[in-house]
Amino acid sequence: MARVRVLIRPKEGILDPQGQAVERALPALGFEGVANVHVGRMVELDAEDPARVPEMCERLLANPLIEDYEVLQ
Amino acid sequence: MRFGVIRFPGSCDEIDALRACRRFADAELLWHGDRELRGVDAVVVPGGFSYGDYLRVGAIARFSPVMESVIEFGRQGGPVLGICNGFQVLCEAGLLPGALLPNSGRRFIARHLDLEVVNASTPFTHKAAAGDVLSIPIKHGAGRFYAPEEVLDGMEAQGQVVLRYAPGHNLNGSLRDIAGVSNPEGNVFGLMPHPEHAVDPLTGSEDGGLIFASLARQPVAA
Repeated sequence: MARVRVLIRPKEGILDPQGQAVERALPALGFEGVANVHVGRMVELDAEDPARVPEMCERLLANPLIEDYEVLQ
Repeated sequence: MRFGVIRFPGSCDEIDALRACRRFADAELLWHGDRELRGVDAVVVPGGFSYGDYLRVGAIARFSPVMESVIEFGRQGGPVLGICNGFQVLCEAGLLPGALLPNSGRRFIARHLDLEVVNASTPFTHKAAAGDVLSIPIKHGAGRFYAPEEVLDGMEAQGQVVLRYAPGHNLNGSLRDIAGVSNPEGNVFGLMPHPEHAVDPLTGSEDGGLIFASLARQPVAA
């Protein structure tokens, strides 16, 4: 079994209200100089055949119309 | 004429949908774990939070046993109506174009609002006329219709934009004010507003009845 992490984020150019809210909250705490905040999600799994993870992403873990994914091993 | 209304774990509007259908035709509940559609003439995928909306809205429900049958039914031309979460499920299933994103204002919105009928020649809207305004409530956190620009252009050209939010009534940030869309063939229709909550004057509007009456080919004032 191999531990695999999948990062899923909104596609570039798609409005990301969560990211915008976080970006606006940071300066309020004194963290200036932060831009392009995006909030996505991470799926962590143990796979017998990690080569199949991209297919899992295409079919279920991500919606390729609105999200990009990145498989990290 | 018999409607089948699907019940998923996490559905919450299936009983209202069942009652709305029964004003105009027979209707029964279908269970998400069954493959059998029991010979119904039309399928309603209702609102709620199927499978907890885990991962993404509608993403898990799309792979339930009943949905495999609904996808087949829809591809063969059977009428399928998806309301709110049902619309999200139909997009995830690939029966409808696009996707529903979190509302641009980040808030869950529950409000009666006005919709304009854009295409009145679908099996779901033929009791209306193009330009008619319907008062129907929305209640959702992820109702912002999105599709790439070239897909939107194609949808408009093919008459797949069936309902739009009236000017000033697009509260979720949907692209081109789109509230309800169909597949190119017109037999699958999804909308974020809840027509099943607007079939009785007691709750403020009967305009939603038009959708069910159109499908059942019954008079609107049933």
